[in-house]
Amino acid sequence: MSEAIEPDIDVDALKEQGVDLDVAEKVAPEREIATKVGEALVQVQDLTIKFGGLVALDNVTFDINRGEILGLIGPNGAGKTTCFNAMTGVYKPTSGKVLLEGQLLNGLPQHKITRRGLARTFQNIRLFGEMTALENVVVGLDARHRTSVGGALLRLPTHVREEKTSIERGMALLEFVGIADHAHFLSRHLPYGYQRRLEIARALATDPKVLCLDEPAAGFNPAEKEELMALIRTIRDDGYTVLLIEHDMKLVMGVTDRIVVLEFGKKIADALPKIIRDDPKVISAYLGEPEDDLA
Amino acid sequence: MSTTDGPTLIPDDASAQEIADREAKMRQRKGWFPGLSDKWNALPRQTQWLILIVVVVLAYLLPILNPPLITTEPGNNWQIALAQMSVYALVAVGLNVVVGYAGLLDLGYVAFFALGSYTAAMFTSPDSPYVHIPYLWTLPLAMAVAMFFGVVLGVPTLRLRGDYLAIVTLGFGEIVRILATIIPAMKGQVGFQNVGHPPGTDSSGQTIFQNSNGTPWYWLTLTIIIVVLLAAGNLERSRVGRAWIAIREDEDAAEIMGVPTFKYKVWAFAIGASVGGLSGALFAGQVGFVNNQKFDIATSILFVAAVVMGGTGNKVGAILGGALVAYIPLRFTAIAEFKYLIFGAALVIIMIFRPGGLLPARQSLLAYGRLAYNKLKGAVGDIPPSGKVVLEPGKGADK
Repeated sequence: MSEAIEPDIDVDALKEQGVDLDVAEKVAPEREIATKVGEALVQVQDLTIKFGGLVALDNVTFDINRGEILGLIGPNGAGKTTCFNAMTGVYKPTSGKVLLEGQLLNGLPQHKITRRGLARTFQNIRLFGEMTALENVVVGLDARHRTSVGGALLRLPTHVREEKTSIERGMALLEFVGIADHAHFLSRHLPYGYQRRLEIARALATDPKVLCLDEPAAGFNPAEKEELMALIRTIRDDGYTVLLIEHDMKLVMGVTDRIVVLEFGKKIADALPKIIRDDPKVISAYLGEPEDDLA
Repeated sequence: MSTTDGPTLIPDDASAQEIADREAKMRQRKGWFPGLSDKWNALPRQTQWLILIVVVVLAYLLPILNPPLITTEPGNNWQIALAQMSVYALVAVGLNVVVGYAGLLDLGYVAFFALGSYTAAMFTSPDSPYVHIPYLWTLPLAMAVAMFFGVVLGVPTLRLRGDYLAIVTLGFGEIVRILATIIPAMKGQVGFQNVGHPPGTDSSGQTIFQNSNGTPWYWLTLTIIIVVLLAAGNLERSRVGRAWIAIREDEDAAEIMGVPTFKYKVWAFAIGASVGGLSGALFAGQVGFVNNQKFDIATSILFVAAVVMGGTGNKVGAILGGALVAYIPLRFTAIAEFKYLIFGAALVIIMIFRPGGLLPARQSLLAYGRLAYNKLKGAVGDIPPSGKVVLEPGKGADK
């Protein structure tokens, strides 16, 4: 179990300054999560994935508790992204289960997993390039919309209402990630950093219970990483649970509440950041065995 | 953009300017009429409607005006040429939904056109032994039949992607044509004569919708095109249109963002097919004769060429492309036999110099996006650091 979650930012002081932090209220007014804060929201149980003879994930078990930022780390090729892909339905697990609020996600189509409340971003940015930033976010919002062909053709009231609110909610999300004044630009024309932020906004738009970020800080300089971490903390403080894959140890240590470490597809540690930092197994996974052990 | 530029995270005026410049450059490179679409979008709604009304009125007057130089006479009757052009334009609008929006390459679209034609012929022609119904009823029926077969073809094949889908649709196009040859009820090359037409006679007792008089057929088809355009516009600026474009851009990402990609691909197929069936029924009525010779693969490729030439994804461009594909062989009769050669060469040239087609245009995918964007564009420069743009509540939800 993780420690009680203390927001690192002084929310009240920021609100007094007129900063509008509570994006969750704006974009997800009707969110219902049965799981209490601190209890397991996602359970990954004995997850195994084999590609032919290669065991990419070997009986990995961990929980993601509601309200925490869980870091998933490991050296290159440890199976972090594979684990992500298995959770979001891209890969079919060879064995094992993924449960969200006690409900089995295995075998569901990917779009249904998203609607259940598991949203993700991509390691290599995958935006819809010919769409504007705002349109990208509205595609995410559409995951919660109900109108289809009939409603759109006849411009039924539900459709009109959804279209109108989606613009406001989309702009609120873009504002939240700090690129609202670029809403009308094609996403492929946006600078790299904005594209990363837009991906987060698009994933948030699906109103997830758990937001999975796959190396969101890749290619950032330290100052930008710092800003991104502040953003991730704000997302958590707004009531989202975050699963974070990241390479940069300093950054992971700074932002996560708990860390799961993978090596060669196996879980080798699951603890608080300060314990992980001194864990000999983790150190050897990242730095190799000390020489006298080899001798 | 290049990642070597170094990422910039904090929005500032310089970066906004940089992106604006990049967009402006892109537009200039693309367009023969730089800034045309910008100018159009900047016009007030009323002015846009006024211009549109003038264009529509002119379109309706075309058969009467018979403008010199443009006209296909003396080689071909101008009114009948217009009727054929309008049918091709309608085909292109329908195919544009499949190819342009959803990005599904359908090389067998002629099959749906054929299904529509045969529906109209078999329920109205005296050569057909079946039930006869009034011609106008065959239009919705043709749409329904084509849509049904669109779903039947789509459900098993839309799990395929790219080239594989193109090959399967190509096969489907051939299947329909061959069935028309071998099924006795479809009468192969003999075909059906005297296909029905809408009712009505003029003051002198003559039938209005004659096969030799293209004008009423042109007006009917033009009216249908306008209705279909409005419907396509409604779809484009909705969840459906966004789903289609998202699928075209990155199908996996769309699925993970909660778009039921398979469902919307089948919808694209079904809607495209129904418009194809409708245009087939109109074609059968206007020509008055249907047999198996008109629905070959070359025609199918011609339809795709119409969409690609006009501007993939742009419905106005599709109309232009469809009309051009029908018009050129009729206008320049001397080169009509080389039409496939010419269209082939034209396609290659267009793809090299103008990959977006004659009228490339980005879809607007938000029903109320204009409001937000114009506000943003107007506000650049005096946006507060938070980048906050507040939509007036009154405009947000006036229900």
